[in-house]
Amino acid sequence: MMHSVPLLLQVADPQLPPSPGMFVLFGLIKAGVAFGIYMLCVAYTTLLERRVAGWIQDRIGPNRVGPQGLLQPIADGVKNFMKEEALPATANKALFVMAPAIAFVPAMITWAVIPFAAPLPIPGVGLISMAVADLPIGFLFILAISSLGVYGLTIAGWSSNNKYALLGGLRASAQMISYEIAMGMSTVCVLLLAGNVNLNEIVAQQQGQAWNVVLLTMAFFIFAVSALAETNRVPFDLPESESELVAGYHAEYSSMRYSMFPLAEYANIITSSGLMVTLFFGGWDIPFTQWDNAAPHSVVKTLVTLGAYFAKVFFFVFAFIWIRWTVPRFRYDQLMSLGWKLLLPMALLYITAVASLALALDFAGVVRTSMAYTGAFLAMNVVFVVLVFWVLDRGRIVSPAYSRIERERLAKMRLGAERSDLLTGKGA
Amino acid sequence: MAITTRVVERPTDDTSYVRATFKGLALTFKHLVDPHKVTVQYPEEKWDIGPRWRGTHRMLTTEDGKAKCVACGLCPTVCPANCIKLVPSVDEQGNRYPAVFDIDEFRCIFCGYCQEVCPEEAIHLGRHYENAEYDRKDFVYDLTRLTSQTHPVCEMWDPADPRGE
Repeated sequence: MMHSVPLLLQVADPQLPPSPGMFVLFGLIKAGVAFGIYMLCVAYTTLLERRVAGWIQDRIGPNRVGPQGLLQPIADGVKNFMKEEALPATANKALFVMAPAIAFVPAMITWAVIPFAAPLPIPGVGLISMAVADLPIGFLFILAISSLGVYGLTIAGWSSNNKYALLGGLRASAQMISYEIAMGMSTVCVLLLAGNVNLNEIVAQQQGQAWNVVLLTMAFFIFAVSALAETNRVPFDLPESESELVAGYHAEYSSMRYSMFPLAEYANIITSSGLMVTLFFGGWDIPFTQWDNAAPHSVVKTLVTLGAYFAKVFFFVFAFIWIRWTVPRFRYDQLMSLGWKLLLPMALLYITAVASLALALDFAGVVRTSMAYTGAFLAMNVVFVVLVFWVLDRGRIVSPAYSRIERERLAKMRLGAERSDLLTGKGA
Repeated sequence: MAITTRVVERPTDDTSYVRATFKGLALTFKHLVDPHKVTVQYPEEKWDIGPRWRGTHRMLTTEDGKAKCVACGLCPTVCPANCIKLVPSVDEQGNRYPAVFDIDEFRCIFCGYCQEVCPEEAIHLGRHYENAEYDRKDFVYDLTRLTSQTHPVCEMWDPADPRGE
């Protein structure tokens, strides 16, 4: 502390990093502010979901509490706190109580490392990085934390001592494990291009070249599909699939403890959207201009980039909701075969291709920020997109179960079906 | 009967999940920005209910405010739910009138027979549906209540004009 006093006394340059004392102080402030805004966003995502669901289904949605239903999340919160908390007699009480928190916290922690605006210069303090914790290993941290969320779901399913809840928990863990791999693999391509695991560096790389979604569309596709599966959203909401498992892992929960699970889901949606934006859509970058990331940072630049970041994240949160109210749920075998037989091999193949191209271009002496480098990746990208979405996507990405049965057996089954009374109508 | 499997013929070679998903997204987005406005904002807006809607009863009155009912006893006789309680009486001029005329709206099945059978066109079903009460016994409508209600009454089905045009 003795060293920091003279540092605090001298007038710090706002374009340079702050002193250790100020770093800690502003770290705490950032954590508090980010936490508040994040919780608010999570609460209002529930409202957004209900309104968008209403509009998509030609309904109106909740519009009674406050203007346009804007106070609905607060009313829901009050209602949930007032309700009785039922505790199943045979539940493992400690785990049962803990599970909602375990589900919720990882989504929140992940947010800590995501940069959400250009650095903010504060006169007398220094340049404050606009991520709660600008970790040098940011991305590895995300990989480590994001898979923890499944423990909440699995423990909830297990501790409820209910067969449906247990099945839901099992599905959650199986699904997470399957898609975690594809997700991690898809992001390797991003790391190959950025050459760094710091999220700020990944954003900087996209500002220098083009957004990763343009260069690595397949990686984005794999990441987006895996993110849907990771957040247990339709079409991959098998852990709670209400038509077969009542409510899945949270069948036994009630009151605020139940409410924590949907909140965790929305928190995960926001975090996944934030990650997608950071990894593939240039983070807080404003496209087609270098003004926002040029050296002299200002408050205006911070606010504008913050707005850009919010707009992008909002779009993806909306997309999550939009997809939920469009697509029906997958069958379990379709989910597994998509994850293991399509996404994972595709991700591995894509890594190989991206790594080979990057290596070849480096050997050829092409500068990483040059147009030729970007163009080469763009060309490869077009080939892959056509291959996957045009050639492969002919009943092979997701297929009916019988397409995996051998043809002779299928013919036999058809023959049997023709003779069957069920089909001819005699049996009925 | 041997157990057989029913195999449903589905197209495989020309189906696509990704393209179908995008098609679906386009459709839902169309509804999102341009919804069919079908919801009625209930307490503020209300549906026009049909002319033959059979709701809670009304007893029509003469010009001097008395119930038109002559206590003939046809409606409690025809009532299949047995929900009308009628005690007839005779006044000084020798006119019959209902001393008690209670309808238990909980028992009532809203068939409309009482209205059909009434020779004086006194008892009617009403075009009305907001019937909530705080107490069960408030659903037994007495004569005062039946005569004081003002909602429009149900039109009976006319064989000459079956569609009500």
